[in-house]
Amino acid sequence: MKKERQLLKGNYAIAQAAIEAGCQSYFGYPITPQSEIGEYLSTKMPELGRAYVAAESEVAAINMVLGAGSTGVKAMTSSSSCAVALMQEGLSFIAGDEIPCVLVSVMRGGPGLGYIYPSQGDYYQATKGGGNGDYKIVTYAPASVQECVDLTYKCFYVSQKYRTPVCLLADGMIGQTMEPAVIGEYPYEEIDQSDWALDGAKGRKPRFIASIEREQEALRKRVVKIFEKYNKILENENIFEKYETEGAKLVITAFGSIARIAKAAVKLARKNGLKVGLFRPIMLNPFPEKLVAEIAQKVDCILDIELNCGQMLQDIKASISNCASTIPVKFYGRPAGVMMTVEEIYKQIENVYKEIVEKKYGTACI
Amino acid sequence: MEQLVYKKPDSIKDDFKISFCPGCDHGTAVKLVAEVLDELGVRENTIGIASVGCSVFSYDFFNVDIVEAPHGRSMAAATGVKRSKPDKVVFTYQGDGDLASIGLAETIHAMTRGEKVTAICINNTTYGMTGGQAGPTTLIGQVTTTTTSGRKAELSGYPLKISEILKEVDGTAYVARVTLDSPAAIMNAKKCIKKAFEAQIKGLGTGFVEILSTCPTNWKMTPQEAHARVRGEMSEVFKPGVYKDKVSEAL
Repeated sequence: MKKERQLLKGNYAIAQAAIEAGCQSYFGYPITPQSEIGEYLSTKMPELGRAYVAAESEVAAINMVLGAGSTGVKAMTSSSSCAVALMQEGLSFIAGDEIPCVLVSVMRGGPGLGYIYPSQGDYYQATKGGGNGDYKIVTYAPASVQECVDLTYKCFYVSQKYRTPVCLLADGMIGQTMEPAVIGEYPYEEIDQSDWALDGAKGRKPRFIASIEREQEALRKRVVKIFEKYNKILENENIFEKYETEGAKLVITAFGSIARIAKAAVKLARKNGLKVGLFRPIMLNPFPEKLVAEIAQKVDCILDIELNCGQMLQDIKASISNCASTIPVKFYGRPAGVMMTVEEIYKQIENVYKEIVEKKYGTACI
Repeated sequence: MEQLVYKKPDSIKDDFKISFCPGCDHGTAVKLVAEVLDELGVRENTIGIASVGCSVFSYDFFNVDIVEAPHGRSMAAATGVKRSKPDKVVFTYQGDGDLASIGLAETIHAMTRGEKVTAICINNTTYGMTGGQAGPTTLIGQVTTTTTSGRKAELSGYPLKISEILKEVDGTAYVARVTLDSPAAIMNAKKCIKKAFEAQIKGLGTGFVEILSTCPTNWKMTPQEAHARVRGEMSEVFKPGVYKDKVSEAL
């Protein structure tokens, strides 16, 4: 693929970026709205002499990733919502095993089968997880096709550097959007995996990769070690966008696709003289609590906007309560179905601004 | 003059500690797999998959690289390893609960794809590690902690005949069911295990060996009584033999 600007669909951008990043093994099962990723890789990977396997289920796919990742290669699967639910056991094992891998999760609406409309209802699934035990899935959320490329690269790098599962959390809107983007070269250094990966115990002692730990103290230490890694990731690999937050009285928090629409609403608000900014966490897990706390200490109010019933909202509130701020956190959300318009978000901004900043009248937020 | 007549295979760790119950056939099965890896000269080029159940402690014994899979997912993990490192010899060591109950989909589909791996299944007609509950292979009439008056077909169905099913799967190159109840049976089992590895090494497809094994602890039998049960009622339902052999055909 040419390294120039081209019209690209989010899902294809992710798939080609995975190839550019050096993904050696892909395993997946079809589910809308991300099936293009597997379709694309089913042709491209064998052409490059790399592995593509149509797994019999998402349960199998994530465990194929586990096996592939244990050999040190860059391995990936992609899926959506109710099918990512099936991968939770495997993800817990992979986190416990400290195996690098990338999961692309393109959210649809839920619960259950729901439907394929854009939704951010799997923020909890990605960041809190459904697998057992103490672990985190490092999560990045793209808001454009260009970020699908850039963050796919980031996911592979972080997973390899810290030996941890990393999730690219997109939604149906991002996955299906076509817009101009550049697929540049993989910008990160290659991380040597030879000191732990399985390649046959030639001239050395055998290695064992597992989550099982029979000794009490060793089990405790293992979990502590994994969590120290998450602290380092937060310190070194955090990415976010701040827009017009300097001097803002009201800051909008939003992630992924809806953050783009919220940004347009913030621009409109600024044009109309309202001191409004936007904070968009791109790394959602570990959550950038300190950054949110810093913002909370400078503004009168935070308005959190999500395509769900208030999931990141809980992390925003926790960040603020940790810094002993008492500013109000308003929420405007909508579960899967109908996308919000710029005007709808602007109206919420205006209402909250008048109520909290200008102390005029009550808000219409849910 | 001293003469070496028997030694621990190199593919068994020097400091191994047996965690199996006295009289259990697992120990013999592990040793046979290790001897085969030695004889094929592939120990340093092998990656094993540890499953969940009594077989989870494979890494205590096998002197090879091993990755642990969640319960039932060994054949999926083996697929991931083999597809990423096609030059490696890859094997799973699983119980019947792992391979034929919770992992049946992964087992059949990996073999349908003809993954070039070897699966060893220890069939002892019960969930051994959790204390002897009824499993997919529990015989009709067998008393377990969840079939206290014996397995009844009308309540809990029939024992699953895994070798008979897998011989029908197009991607398998070798399928055999063996016992370990006599020296001759052990010698035969080793030959079959070797062929199951040759099936992948020659690129013919999946190799599979089902080993009818004893679980004296949960069967509440002496080792001798347990082997008599393998020879008797177990072998009547699960008939030992070579069910498919593309390895010999290819020679």
